[in-house]
Amino acid sequence: MPAASPVPVHPRLGVRVAYRLQQVLRPGPGYRWLSARIEASGPVRALFTGAEHEVKSGLFGCRMCGQCALPVTGYVCPMGCPKELRNGPCGGVGEDGSCEVYPDRRCVWVDAYERAASQGRVADLRLLHRPVDHRRFGESSWLNYWQGRDEGLWTDDPKMSPGASTEASTGASPGASTEASTGASPGASPGASTEASTGAKS
Amino acid sequence: MSLRERLASGSFAVTAEIAPPRGAGTEKITRTAESLRDWVDAVNVTDNQGANVRMASWAGSLAVLAAGLDPIMQMTCRDRNRIALQSDLLGASALGVRNILVMTGDHPKFGDHPGAKPVFDVDSVQLLWTLRSMRDQHVLLSGRTVNPAPDCFLGAVENPFAPPFEFRAERLGKKVDAGAQFVQTQYVFDVAAFGRWLEQVRDLGLHERCSILAGVGAVRSMRALDYMRDKVPGVVVPDDTYRRMQAVPADQTAAEGVKLAAEIIKQVAEIPGVAGVHLLVAGNEQAVPEILANAGIQATRGHEDGR
Repeated sequence: MPAASPVPVHPRLGVRVAYRLQQVLRPGPGYRWLSARIEASGPVRALFTGAEHEVKSGLFGCRMCGQCALPVTGYVCPMGCPKELRNGPCGGVGEDGSCEVYPDRRCVWVDAYERAASQGRVADLRLLHRPVDHRRFGESSWLNYWQGRDEGLWTDDPKMSPGASTEASTGASPGASTEASTGASPGASPGASTEASTGAKS
Repeated sequence: MSLRERLASGSFAVTAEIAPPRGAGTEKITRTAESLRDWVDAVNVTDNQGANVRMASWAGSLAVLAAGLDPIMQMTCRDRNRIALQSDLLGASALGVRNILVMTGDHPKFGDHPGAKPVFDVDSVQLLWTLRSMRDQHVLLSGRTVNPAPDCFLGAVENPFAPPFEFRAERLGKKVDAGAQFVQTQYVFDVAAFGRWLEQVRDLGLHERCSILAGVGAVRSMRALDYMRDKVPGVVVPDDTYRRMQAVPADQTAAEGVKLAAEIIKQVAEIPGVAGVHLLVAGNEQAVPEILANAGIQATRGHEDGR
């Protein structure tokens, strides 16, 4: 699935409701069974994944990275950061909390900090997030969550390897075959005319 | 004495920065490195700073090394994915570059190729974590072994003056957890605000795990100050600093800028937990001796080890 350019999105779901839903949707035998059933059928899985995209793009600007960080980011999507930072804000945040790339929008991490702090969840923001696995874009993160496949997305133990959940699974095999399967083909022309302009606003 | 040795010795460290040329020659960078050699412990070699194309930071770092100065190779996450970044570390380390400064990098939008693909495959915390694992656990992100392992001294950057303020020290904590051994900060103009951030840093005990170098810049002209204030993301110029600079005649702005920088160096040096200063002077490297002399720091660095 081609990933659209990331744009910061302020969540449309209140943070208290979000954390309450977190309790309801917590993985367990029921969800494990249900998600296994959904995955068993291609069309059902596609339908479910489409529904997830519909719901989460409306609420959080979800881009379907398949490795949802929302439960530990105050339910603000870090993939909306133009630099896709999953470990906190860059140094370019405006004094008013605006994003440096989209000054009319708030930095997702300023939002995330406020929302997490309001619920006593600042400790969540200290977790170390591993690099995103780009092969998983387009997958349902709900299915991955219920199936326990995203347990290694972050850790509170800095001694752990940064590659435990993503790269390590490929072992020593080169990634050539998976590289081709992402389908995110870039357009042929990079818009050469804009290259010369040095202005900050493109 | 290398930067690593200087910081280990506990004496006040001084670093500066050099911007590699927009061209295929090393004459200027070599000259600049030679002129700074006696004054600073190490220099940052910027990585296409402001998202503008320059000579690669690894190449600039080799030129600095050849000129007898310890380079700090900057590595941003903007232009290279995890494969290229790990590969660059192996190359740099093999050729003698020890200090690596990891940063997210300015967005391409702000540079001379605004249509470029922003890479940001890993973030600065993930990159530090990866490089530390290569060095200490001898493994790549893939789990494959690295032999021989790179020898590197890892640095990070932090901006104490950007929101969310309450999280900035914690953010440095994540970088230290991930492997940062030293940190250089964004321009310090507001010493009081810097002190408040450092208090949080000390509360977390980070100054004992990571050497903190305060970023200090010299204002050359009002135009440069305006640019810094309005166009460089993350730089905060307090109103009283701005008014002070505005009050002097135009032909004395540069001298006042040097004076201001020296004052800030003296002030931050008094704050517990500050291990040194980082002079943000890329493009204005010739101001370094004057700033340091004004701050009472002598050009003795090159002579201690008979360099």
